[in-house]
Amino acid sequence: MKRIYLDHAATTPVDPAVVETMLPFFTEYFGNPSSVYTEGRGVKKSIEAARLQIAKAINADPREIYFTGSGSEADNWAIKGIAMKNQAKGKHIITSTIEHHAVLHTCEYLEKQGFEVTYLPVDEDGLISLDDLRNAIRKDTILVTIMFANNEIGTVEPIKEIGEIVKEKGIIFHTDAVQALGNIPVDVKDLNVDLLSISAHKIYGPKGIGALFIRKGVPIDNLIHGGAQERKKRAGTENTAEIVAFGKAAEMATEHLAENAAHMKKLRDLLIKGVMDNIPQVRLNGHPEKRLPGNANFCFDYIEGESILLSLDIIGIAGSSGSACTSGSLDPSHVLLAIGLPAGVAHGSLRLTIGKHTTAEDINYVVDNLIQIIERLRKMSPINADCPIDDAVFDKAAHHHH
Amino acid sequence: MEYTDVVMENFTCPKHVGEIEDANGVGQVGSPACGDIMKIFLKINGDGVIEDASFKTFGCGAAVASSSMATDMIIGKTIEEAGKFKNSDVVDALGGLPAEKIHCSVLAAEAIQAAIEDYHKNKA
Ligand SMILES: Cc1ncc(COP(=O)(O)O)c(C=O)c1O
Ligand code: FES
Repeated sequence: MKRIYLDHAATTPVDPAVVETMLPFFTEYFGNPSSVYTEGRGVKKSIEAARLQIAKAINADPREIYFTGSGSEADNWAIKGIAMKNQAKGKHIITSTIEHHAVLHTCEYLEKQGFEVTYLPVDEDGLISLDDLRNAIRKDTILVTIMFANNEIGTVEPIKEIGEIVKEKGIIFHTDAVQALGNIPVDVKDLNVDLLSISAHKIYGPKGIGALFIRKGVPIDNLIHGGAQERKKRAGTENTAEIVAFGKAAEMATEHLAENAAHMKKLRDLLIKGVMDNIPQVRLNGHPEKRLPGNANFCFDYIEGESILLSLDIIGIAGSSGSACTSGSLDPSHVLLAIGLPAGVAHGSLRLTIGKHTTAEDINYVVDNLIQIIERLRKMSPINADCPIDDAVFDKAAHHHH
Repeated sequence: MEYTDVVMENFTCPKHVGEIEDANGVGQVGSPACGDIMKIFLKINGDGVIEDASFKTFGCGAAVASSSMATDMIIGKTIEEAGKFKNSDVVDALGGLPAEKIHCSVLAAEAIQAAIEDYHKNKA
């Protein structure tokens, strides 16, 4: 059966051109980039070429790009590295309630180490308020970390405006741009950011390679200690093949940004319209306009997300959900709760994220089938408009965890 | 997480979905773990035998499959027999459930007990 992959926010297939670029680095160009002989020097050059490709993709200087083992590592490094280095100045950090766990759990860890963290709330569309940010800034605030674009609901935060406010106060500003790269323009000079995390596997590159942009002069401690790689800032023999792959993927993403984004946006709007026009009792999560071009996130009343995912999977469609039942921890998505959805509504969430290879036929197939799936699951559900959900059950469930 | 073929069959083509108009025992329970809801309808005859059973479920694949399997298993049983019905009976019949999905089968067992209780209450 033909598969329709609509989970590009989770990961993307590696582009064949990227695969081609990386393969010789497993065999022919296997040398250790730290070695002084020919095999080493050649590989070192390729890494530096990839660094330049990444730098160009975000309008940075190549000396400001540091490769990491993932987007999560870049987030960890940015936050822990700034906190450790600057704790004499203060121990207060500002973030938002809808960050990726790589940021949230790092902040929670720092709280245990004696740091104080303010988690800015978001409105029903998932946007933070600049006034809230201004009010949260204190004399001892050392870091503000707010994501560029949310991985679940696709909302794009006002990073440039946040950057202006934070810069004026002389505070360090980090943004997790893992979902932004390849989808919307990312320009570190324009955005006033000091640190920015990216990851290759969201832009048709391989998994397990990321990068952290660190503006020149920003005081930061190391996270990974050891050898002198990455100009003594991140130890570990370089993941050469994936670094060159990431470089290639970033170059392609930048080159085709406008056309890819336009393509995804067209299909996203087709999907949103198809669902909203044909399925009753549905809501679109995330900001209606300020959202990633490939992201659609819905909540269908009275039904549960894992049931939707399984039903879609059977007919060849891959999507994801923020339902408690799909989370492993049995907690509903913190992002859906943060935009004010009751746990029972978050239960019926479905995220479909479009990629550069998605077609209009794919979308039409999904909409047609989704109409039937939702209808079937609703017929099976004990709750409906006349028999609404007993919120007490969900309160009890929430209580059970916290 | 991996569902068995039996779970997937019971999820895709669940048996006994819907309401029984003249049910004389109805039980609804919510899961304290994830918040899901299951409702079981029983039609019990004068001899105390479950003639028919059906369900409505707001929950995951395992919850739907557990409801389908559980209702199928108790049809034809006396209420005494059904009263001893445990969630492990459903899990076994489904060929197992992932560890984090065991609570979904508990929901089915509890909904059945709630429906039997309701039947006793209605009779009294
Ligand atoms: C917003 C965001 N930040 C961080 C990450 C983590 O990136 P990685 O999977 O490379 O660790 C992801 C993706 O999973 C993400 O969507
Ligand atoms: S019913 Fe929620 S996890 Fe199964």
